[in-house]
Amino acid sequence: MLDSKSHPNRLGIWGWLGGGRWGVERYLYTLHRLTGLGLLAYFLLHIVVTSGRAFSAAAWTRAMSQVSGPFFKVGEYLVFLAFCFHAINGIRLGLVELGFAVGKPIEPVYPYRTSVDVQRPLALAALAVAFVLAVIGTISMWSD
Amino acid sequence: MMRDQKLWAWHLIAGAVILVLLGVHMLTMHMEGVIRIQSLNPASVEHVDKDRVPQTRDQKSDEEDIHPIDWANVRARGVRTLYMASYIFLLGAALFHGLYGLRNILFELNPAVWLRKTLSALLLLLGLGLFVYGAWAAVMARAIARAWKA
Amino acid sequence: MSTKFENISYRIRRFDPERDTAPHWEEYRVPYTPGMTVLEGLWKVKELHSPTLAWRSSCRMGVCGSCGMLINGKPRLACNTQIAELSSDTVVVAPLPNFDIVRDLVPELAPMFASHQALMPYVIREDVEEREHPTNEFFQSAHELEHYLQFTYCIKCGCCMAACPTFATDALYSGPMPLGQAHRYNSDTRDGGFAARKQMLVGEPGPWRCHYAGECSRVCPKGVDPAKAIQLMKRELVFDYLGLHKTKCPANVAGKPTDGKRRDNIPEAPPHTV
Repeated sequence: MLDSKSHPNRLGIWGWLGGGRWGVERYLYTLHRLTGLGLLAYFLLHIVVTSGRAFSAAAWTRAMSQVSGPFFKVGEYLVFLAFCFHAINGIRLGLVELGFAVGKPIEPVYPYRTSVDVQRPLALAALAVAFVLAVIGTISMWSD
Repeated sequence: MMRDQKLWAWHLIAGAVILVLLGVHMLTMHMEGVIRIQSLNPASVEHVDKDRVPQTRDQKSDEEDIHPIDWANVRARGVRTLYMASYIFLLGAALFHGLYGLRNILFELNPAVWLRKTLSALLLLLGLGLFVYGAWAAVMARAIARAWKA
Repeated sequence: MSTKFENISYRIRRFDPERDTAPHWEEYRVPYTPGMTVLEGLWKVKELHSPTLAWRSSCRMGVCGSCGMLINGKPRLACNTQIAELSSDTVVVAPLPNFDIVRDLVPELAPMFASHQALMPYVIREDVEEREHPTNEFFQSAHELEHYLQFTYCIKCGCCMAACPTFATDALYSGPMPLGQAHRYNSDTRDGGFAARKQMLVGEPGPWRCHYAGECSRVCPKGVDPAKAIQLMKRELVFDYLGLHKTKCPANVAGKPTDGKRRDNIPEAPPHTV
């Protein structure tokens, strides 16, 4: 390596989020990460709260009444939306990352058609399915 | 330290398990208003002995108002061994999937070697602790549900 | 877009390690001619305004991979980018991110080449003697060639590394170029080095921190599609973990035909002239 006074130029976390000129998969990557973190935070709390049923029926009912109310209902709704996206996009990622939806290696001829273009219909389909699930859940949760 | 090849493969397998079990869980909890499957929320459909069942909301007028999270449903589900086993299975899969995902994100921040080891150990302890607590709760809840039934 | 303008602005991120403590932006105006590339504009800046401006370039035809830069927010080859295609009369040029800046637009690519080298981007075979002193070519069908041909077009310009979100923070991750090239050799039927490369690939330098943001493939100026190579590599490694990976025997040496018979109607080759 050169012994020079070079200046560090890694983008850092901005490089994770940096959108703008990028494609839809970059946003899906960011959203998958954010929804994953949100779901994990909820899940860890969920384990603690729902384990109240181990003590008695009354303890369960008390725990559930503590997490009722509009604040928790909206929070729960956001978790549900995050689940819809993370689950369906997760199916896409599973297929793509095991190399089943990226196409075979091809001779690159300009204009290049990359694996990102090959899996694009799957990405759009995943978004559509997640949207439909979110709508069903929305109707179900807010209809009463 | 476990190799990422192994951990990532299990991350994917756990994801598939979660997809099925959490799919059923979500169907039970949030889509009941649209898609009702009797075996998932038995108390919402079958006749409920209102005198014996404490409910989160007052003045339950008819059985349509029994919510998936009301004790009647929790008891009806929790009494079954298959439900208890699936809860524990889902708990383990989701804890591994989520905590490995978090570890991935934290490791991408390029922490020092000592911090990597500390983070791995902390996440492992957190995961094991919550798994034991959650599994114990599922077993105990089944016992309580059975006692309630008797 | 309209390309009727006569002059064009260049905003260039400058850094001189002898004078500056941090990079800064400088702006220049140069005459525009139709068909001008970003690289030609840089030469104009050097000629008319700032003789000290430094960058790497060589072939000026998208073959050598020297002039990778961040041009209007996207990693590209300066020689391969027409100013007209930028849809702006201002060309914003910065050194490729995720690499240290040596000077002005010159990135320090040595860490990338170190990762590349660590993943053994060459044919590995047990018959070392045949590899080093070949007696003949190895058998490989046209179909087998297609398994890796796309990945051989890589010119190591570093654009993919600059676009990768994981490489923006994670120094242990090898990045798209080295991983793509490791897969290029793993999927070559003449190669028997999967087990050797696996020692590195199962751990932190491996493909596990790729989450398919797809940026590397989107910016690759040669259509190499490193993201595809990385996903195919993941499949091989997961299958390997599950015991489903098919171990291929490296292709044999093609022996010289012994029972061939020359057809009568083929004339003799003319005598050597040199």
